[in-house]
Amino acid sequence: MHDDDDHHHHHHAGHDHPHPPAQKDHDAAPMGAYEVLEEAVRSLLIEKGILTSGEIAAAVDLMDSRSPALGAKVVARAWVDAAFKKRLIKDTRAALLELGIDIGTIAEFSTVENTPQVHNVIVCTLCSCYPKMLLGIPPAWYKSLAYRSRTVVDPRGVLAEFGVELGREVAVRVHDSTADLRYIVLPMRPKATRGWSEDQLAAIVTRDCMIGTALPTVPSRPARRAAR
Amino acid sequence: MVSAAGSFSRPPRFKPGDRVSVPARAALGHCRTPWYVRGKPGVVAAVHGSFRDPERLAYHRPGLPAQVLYKVRFRQLDVWPSYLAGQADHIEVDIYEPWLEPQP
Amino acid sequence: MPAPKRKTMLRKAAGGRAAHDVGGLAFGPIDRAEHDLALWEKRTDAMQRLLTSPGKRAFTVDGLRRVIEDYGEQAYDRTTYYEKWIRALRNLLVEQDVLTREEIERRMAEVRRKHQTAGRRVVKAKVPW
Repeated sequence: MHDDDDHHHHHHAGHDHPHPPAQKDHDAAPMGAYEVLEEAVRSLLIEKGILTSGEIAAAVDLMDSRSPALGAKVVARAWVDAAFKKRLIKDTRAALLELGIDIGTIAEFSTVENTPQVHNVIVCTLCSCYPKMLLGIPPAWYKSLAYRSRTVVDPRGVLAEFGVELGREVAVRVHDSTADLRYIVLPMRPKATRGWSEDQLAAIVTRDCMIGTALPTVPSRPARRAAR
Repeated sequence: MVSAAGSFSRPPRFKPGDRVSVPARAALGHCRTPWYVRGKPGVVAAVHGSFRDPERLAYHRPGLPAQVLYKVRFRQLDVWPSYLAGQADHIEVDIYEPWLEPQP
Repeated sequence: MPAPKRKTMLRKAAGGRAAHDVGGLAFGPIDRAEHDLALWEKRTDAMQRLLTSPGKRAFTVDGLRRVIEDYGEQAYDRTTYYEKWIRALRNLLVEQDVLTREEIERRMAEVRRKHQTAGRRVVKAKVPW
């Protein structure tokens, strides 16, 4: 999830506020070759009637609208409803439909459950396949060569880098998304959340919990109201 | 678990629990079987259903006949010669039927 | 925009492992900094989704991956995710005779001139075919 306080001014920094090109000052990041290429391709496709600027803008907006909140909602429901959890693990597509979530035809989804004996972590070594419909766009680190190369061979080392330390009695299970299945981790519900509402539970399910590189944590003073 | 989208175009060759291995052969072009499991032994964890073949889809072909896709579980100790952590650690990879052989 | 300094790990010499097939290699510590996507990256993602959707079917995601996998280790390791994808979109559009190399190059030159005229610095480098 993006925390605006941590916005990094990287050459890939997003310019999400409306900003006509003429107003960019000389200190702005220079336009790279790939950015030039994107504009060239897009403008040609629009001129030839293959795409419209409207549908491109709508597709951009759709991606912007996706966030891990949807995945967190699914996890929270699974935590409070044991029968739903079973259905989610058995057939994730059908269970998501119950919540009004249609994952479409691009890929199948599969839910893998963390238990006291097994900790799951997701990677795509061959490219960067990711359950975008439930989690939004993947973080840069998920797409990095470092994560893609090391998670399969040194998952405990990678998890330690993320601050997740697992006992020797916990087996680590890595899932490499090599085909048309997208995986989401169902983390264990922390014991200290007894009696919480679904909204309160969803608030502690972060994106990284559903990738497997974090565990849900209970803040020392739980929110009394839903986060949103 | 069978994919809701995949009915089988032909009966799956393997079922959950079957011991399989990935042949140690080179890929010709686009391939979704990672290098690190080539020649390694595993167990079928699940049968996902039939999917169009990415090796053909990548070259503007329809990807038919659809191939059965399996979730195959490998012990990390079998995959990496010097895996030191966690004897019970596993890695699961989704592999298409042409890339699996029965273990003798 | 200078290319980010990323190391290349030679893989062909290791017996035929393809450039994108990196499971088990050791690319170093994971940089966990969060980055917003630039607008051009979001638009690349949008075009990719639209062009591979059932309605348009210009080509498949598998075709895009295949093109990316053929870049070679240096290019693969030293470009970012969306740099790879916009180049792949371009190549597949040409492969499928939707656009020609010449009109893309012409349009790129026009785009560069337009932005330079508006006062923005434009990197001289080209995107290799």
